[in-house]
Amino acid sequence: MTPLLSVQGITKHYGAHIGCADVSFDLYPGEVMGIVGESGSGKSTLLNCMAGHLVPDAGQVVFDTRADGPKDTVTMSEPERRMLGRTDWAFVHQHARDGLRMGVSAGGNVGERLMAVGERHYGDIRGKATDWLERVEIDAARVDDRPTTFSGGMQQRLQIARNLVTGPRLVFMDEPTGGLDVSVQARLLDLLRGLVRDMGLSAIIVTHDLAVVRLLADRLMVMKSGRVVEAGLTDQVLDDPQHAYSQLLVSSVLQV
Amino acid sequence: MIELKDVSKTFTLHNQGSAVIEVISDVSFHVAPGECVGLTGASGAGKSTLMRMIYGNYLTQSGSICIGDLDIVQAEPREIIALRREVLGYVSQFLRVVPRVPTLDVVADPLRALGVPADDAQARAKDLLAQLNIPQRLWSLSPTTFSGGEQQRVNIARGFAHAYPAMLLDEPTASLDATNREVVLSLIEGAKTRGAAIIGIFHDEAARARVCDREIDVSVFTPGLTSGSEAVGQPRESAA
Repeated sequence: MTPLLSVQGITKHYGAHIGCADVSFDLYPGEVMGIVGESGSGKSTLLNCMAGHLVPDAGQVVFDTRADGPKDTVTMSEPERRMLGRTDWAFVHQHARDGLRMGVSAGGNVGERLMAVGERHYGDIRGKATDWLERVEIDAARVDDRPTTFSGGMQQRLQIARNLVTGPRLVFMDEPTGGLDVSVQARLLDLLRGLVRDMGLSAIIVTHDLAVVRLLADRLMVMKSGRVVEAGLTDQVLDDPQHAYSQLLVSSVLQV
Repeated sequence: MIELKDVSKTFTLHNQGSAVIEVISDVSFHVAPGECVGLTGASGAGKSTLMRMIYGNYLTQSGSICIGDLDIVQAEPREIIALRREVLGYVSQFLRVVPRVPTLDVVADPLRALGVPADDAQARAKDLLAQLNIPQRLWSLSPTTFSGGEQQRVNIARGFAHAYPAMLLDEPTASLDATNREVVLSLIEGAKTRGAAIIGIFHDEAARARVCDREIDVSVFTPGLTSGSEAVGQPRESAA
């Protein structure tokens, strides 16, 4: 089987400081990979390098495109990479405001991505937008309201709807449940899990919440000072961590 | 179906003076289809650890653990994920679920993951929950608020939803009353009849005598066993 995403030797420096160094892994269709580590360990840098938001100093991010098969997205042309970002890729930001247009209605936020891939029929676009609002448990009656009138949890769910409406194959998520209260987190996790299974999505989730990765991710990478110190099956890394830093990370979680 | 060869495991506690604990060494045995093998030994002998190693939950340092054709010790994560979905079932002592998900969906989930249509998966889940005497009014609620015994039964229903060719059962009859214990034992007997290879831990001796064809005393494989708690326990040897 061809990996959906094959990351090889990704390195990014900020001047003399290491952002992330020599990260390599393969992600297969339907797999969810978690990346954990303390603040400043390089997980967001890595995510942004993979998603094309940052240009890595070295390395390849090979994506199995629908049209041409495996292709290095770091060296592909800007329009091509942007097209991927609108179609097969999705990026869920930690702060919903970074991923939404706050001045446009909820329906418009979802519909915009559809129009970007060529949909023109207003009725169809509105219909799909309403359907997606319901799938992420936002009342369809709110379709014409702006996201500024939504709660934090609703904004996050709207962002997810906007990202998934075009049926992407790979979703990048940066702390998708960060900053939400726990009951909303649980609801969002349940939603994400169902979507991943039903749509056969692959996802890469950056978080510092070990409970989130245990429930969502099949595989886990632990990062420290820009490097991957341990990788493996999620439950194996959490229950039998091998590296000193992973052991510290797992044993530092407060029990409730 | 399940074959262990010269399996050894140590824990290294880097943050506690790099203590090295030898848990288990040179384990070799094999379980045929339709056979149930009971693991015995005192607490701390390494029964649960061994079971978790077979599931790929704990990393094995040396030796090989083959489930069908796949060696868990060498396998890629995605191979183990596929194995757990299709071949190897595990009923742990504790239920771990996403909050808010209804019991019926929790039990149907392993079948849904295999691509079984929602209706068929739910029908199987209902059948199992009814067999295990979980009141129907609880099916639409999340099991996180259930009693210990109810959670245990939901866990068992989930573990038996798919007809796995190999199964690991960690104390499946603990905290159950006589009626439900009987249901669980007949589920195990049913799994044996259809040809599943089973490894179980039973503190309940009568249950063990009834379903197990053989017993393996894990203490034999435990270096320098005196006493200690399950799994990690007290450091028995220190290499610091």
